[in-house]
Amino acid sequence: MVSTDAKINVTDLDKTIRGKDKSLLVLRKVNLHVMEGEVVSILGPSGCGKTTLLNILAGLDEADVGNLNISGVQTSKRLGSVAYMQQKDLLLPWRSMLSNAILGLEVQGVSKDIAKDRALNYFEEFGLSGFEDEYPFALSGGMRQRVAFIRTLLLDSDVLLLDEPFSALDALSRVRLQEWFLELMDSIPKTVVLVTHDVEEAIFLSDRIYVMSARPGEINEIISIPFSRPRDFDVVGHELFVQLKTRLLSILRGM
Amino acid sequence: MTYWTKNQKKAFQYMIAPCIIVVLLLTWEFLVHIRDIPNWLLPAPSDITVTLFQDAWMLSGHTWVTFIEVVLGFGVAVVAGVFLASVITLSRSVEQSIYPIIIASQTIPIIVIAPMLLVWIGYGLTPKIIVVALISFFPVTVNMVDGLRAIDPDMQRVLRTMGANKWQEFIKVRFPTSLPYLFSGLKVAIAVSVIGAVIGEWVGSKEGLGYLMIRSKPQFQTERVFAAIVILSFMGVLLFILIGLLQRLLTPWHRREVESKKLDD
Repeated sequence: MVSTDAKINVTDLDKTIRGKDKSLLVLRKVNLHVMEGEVVSILGPSGCGKTTLLNILAGLDEADVGNLNISGVQTSKRLGSVAYMQQKDLLLPWRSMLSNAILGLEVQGVSKDIAKDRALNYFEEFGLSGFEDEYPFALSGGMRQRVAFIRTLLLDSDVLLLDEPFSALDALSRVRLQEWFLELMDSIPKTVVLVTHDVEEAIFLSDRIYVMSARPGEINEIISIPFSRPRDFDVVGHELFVQLKTRLLSILRGM
Repeated sequence: MTYWTKNQKKAFQYMIAPCIIVVLLLTWEFLVHIRDIPNWLLPAPSDITVTLFQDAWMLSGHTWVTFIEVVLGFGVAVVAGVFLASVITLSRSVEQSIYPIIIASQTIPIIVIAPMLLVWIGYGLTPKIIVVALISFFPVTVNMVDGLRAIDPDMQRVLRTMGANKWQEFIKVRFPTSLPYLFSGLKVAIAVSVIGAVIGEWVGSKEGLGYLMIRSKPQFQTERVFAAIVILSFMGVLLFILIGLLQRLLTPWHRREVESKKLDD
């Protein structure tokens, strides 16, 4: 499936990480195509290079071989044009929740008042009203991660790159945030690449799953999720869900 | 057995240091009287106290001079240290060319430099400020450099994806991150600043507590030497506390973070 109308197009990408005395091939012949408004998960065992792939998409790293274009343009300047978020909330402890949320806008030169106005809408939507002036240390991991999400969304990029954004949370906050993420994708559709090693999360959140092998990372399988969006947490108990989960787990275990 | 409340325990801990000092002073006083040690050899704490009050006017003049040297020298050190640390962090080539020189500068004993400054610049305030600054800019610089480098690499990645340049990264994240480190450096620096001022005065001056000590010793006015020591240590402690307060005021998140980590455990 080579489609030039895909939002994100990665073809035959290789990446070697050169260390002091040895080089390590981390990605081999990786192909990835994400359509506009699609949520795609990259699922794989630890150390398979999925984070490296995401870093390349974000512009933090460059591939050795292969083509990469986002929105139809071969962009060497991806930094500052795609939104990127990690497992850690990375909030700055000296900033209030509100001013943490507008960090990205500040960096891009938006005036503080306008930035704050825009952030406040999100605070209300994400159930964080009343916590604008609190500091990160005082709040729960789930709330902090939501602020990190707002910070990412405010960058107003139509591409979101998420590196295990829910994995540091406790089970309950994780499910809440995942549901909330699905709702969000309905109200403000984005093209999302989500890196995860959580099989259930991958099925629950995405339209398609790219399964990567252990190092060197290759795309082994592409799986379409048979549930339409919007969906809610009930799908987790669905027969198809359970079958998919079993299948994915056996693929991962066989690596 | 009754248990103490947290506050009582805290109050007790605060009392330990003063109690130890009082016991030591009493022992000292007692020994001086029992062994009949002459005043010029070792004055009793009571004699030193008397001197502190009797010579209060003269002592306060010298104290002021030394205080000014300490504060100005320390101020120069802070400005120089923060500036140097910043350029070292911002530029790799500056780091490689300047950092070794800074470290090497600390291997030259200040006691050797101080008399040379006297030869080059003469008596007066300036050489003392230089000695204080030379001795105290080092802990400021080294700590600040560590602090400016303490940025979380993941945070750096996020900033880069936002399109932040090096300068924005410095102002918005590196500098605030470094403040707790800077304050650790300032605490060391203020303690050595007082030493620096005394050394500066020892090698040549007409006023100040260091000068007073040098002049009083050959005159066998040992109480005055001790009085100067008492004032100097008070000055050091006071300035140290002041920096601690400033730290609380300027980096409130640091303490809260440490405390909330304690609660998590």
